[in-house]
Amino acid sequence: MNASLPIALVDDLDRRLLFQLEPGLPLAPRPYAEIGNAIGVDESEVIDRLGRLIQAGVIRRFGVVVRHHEVGYGANAMVVWDVPDAVMADAVGVLTANSGVTLCYQRPRRLPDWPYNLFAMIHGTSEETVRAQIADLRAQVPLSGLVHDVLFSRRRFKQTGACYRPRLSLPEKREVA
Amino acid sequence: MFTRTEQHLLNDWQRDFPLDPRPYARMAEQLGISEAEVIDALETLKKQRAISRVGAVVKPGTIGASTLAAMAVPGERLEDVAEWVSAYDEVNHNYERDHRFNLWFVITASDADALNNVLAVIGDESGLPVMSLPLVEAYHIDLGFDLNFPHQEPEAQP
Repeated sequence: MNASLPIALVDDLDRRLLFQLEPGLPLAPRPYAEIGNAIGVDESEVIDRLGRLIQAGVIRRFGVVVRHHEVGYGANAMVVWDVPDAVMADAVGVLTANSGVTLCYQRPRRLPDWPYNLFAMIHGTSEETVRAQIADLRAQVPLSGLVHDVLFSRRRFKQTGACYRPRLSLPEKREVA
Repeated sequence: MFTRTEQHLLNDWQRDFPLDPRPYARMAEQLGISEAEVIDALETLKKQRAISRVGAVVKPGTIGASTLAAMAVPGERLEDVAEWVSAYDEVNHNYERDHRFNLWFVITASDADALNNVLAVIGDESGLPVMSLPLVEAYHIDLGFDLNFPHQEPEAQP
């Protein structure tokens, strides 16, 4: 699927709606009415717009956002491959068909430091189960023949929702230890 | 560790959350409990940090700019550098990973200029290179995550 959508698909009111939603839908009986009050539209407009943004793929998921670590999925690895263009589609096919893969992205290489261009996230209840899933993926063509690396997460310093709201001022310089 | 109601709330509405004036009432009907009980249970799960929110996961690149950034931070500085990277509102995930590039974080901002500014300031402040790996293509839509609760019985088929 294409990473970019026509700009016209998301208007100013959509943006205000999405910014207002960033902290989460209010846990109150009429949450869409509360969101609407905050941005000056009525409840039905909020619901219609959310439906349209979901339909258009701007919102790729609308619902309960679970924190994996806290619900028992304490292990996660980012697995990266150096995939030639000629086999990219096949490699993506293997990854997206695997239920253990939660996210799969193509990103640029940064040579010589970083030769990898395909990224997959794998979550599991333990490092052992995640390693088994990775071994399973690596047994499949074309991944079996490609250079890869595995980056397990260790400390989690921050995990929050995305914040696209424009800032009133630019970040200031701070003293660094 | 989670009640049956909590398990359903964690698993069943990761997507397709009701777009209805009373969404929690619609969920309550499916669970056979009251709207207030659904709201209370979600508040409890939020306090326990099992859920971060009920909300929208927005496709990268549609309402702003974002990137995945990585740094190779000397071990003795990692905690300090991680702490002030996390202090930016624009940084929403920040993990240590076991690799030479040991600090990985996602930056989102209102536009490309604001994003580049954050990258530049983090590089200047730390004196360390910041590798930016913006999305080229997303192949796997995040459809949520089946938590596979072991004692969750299959739903009766009508």
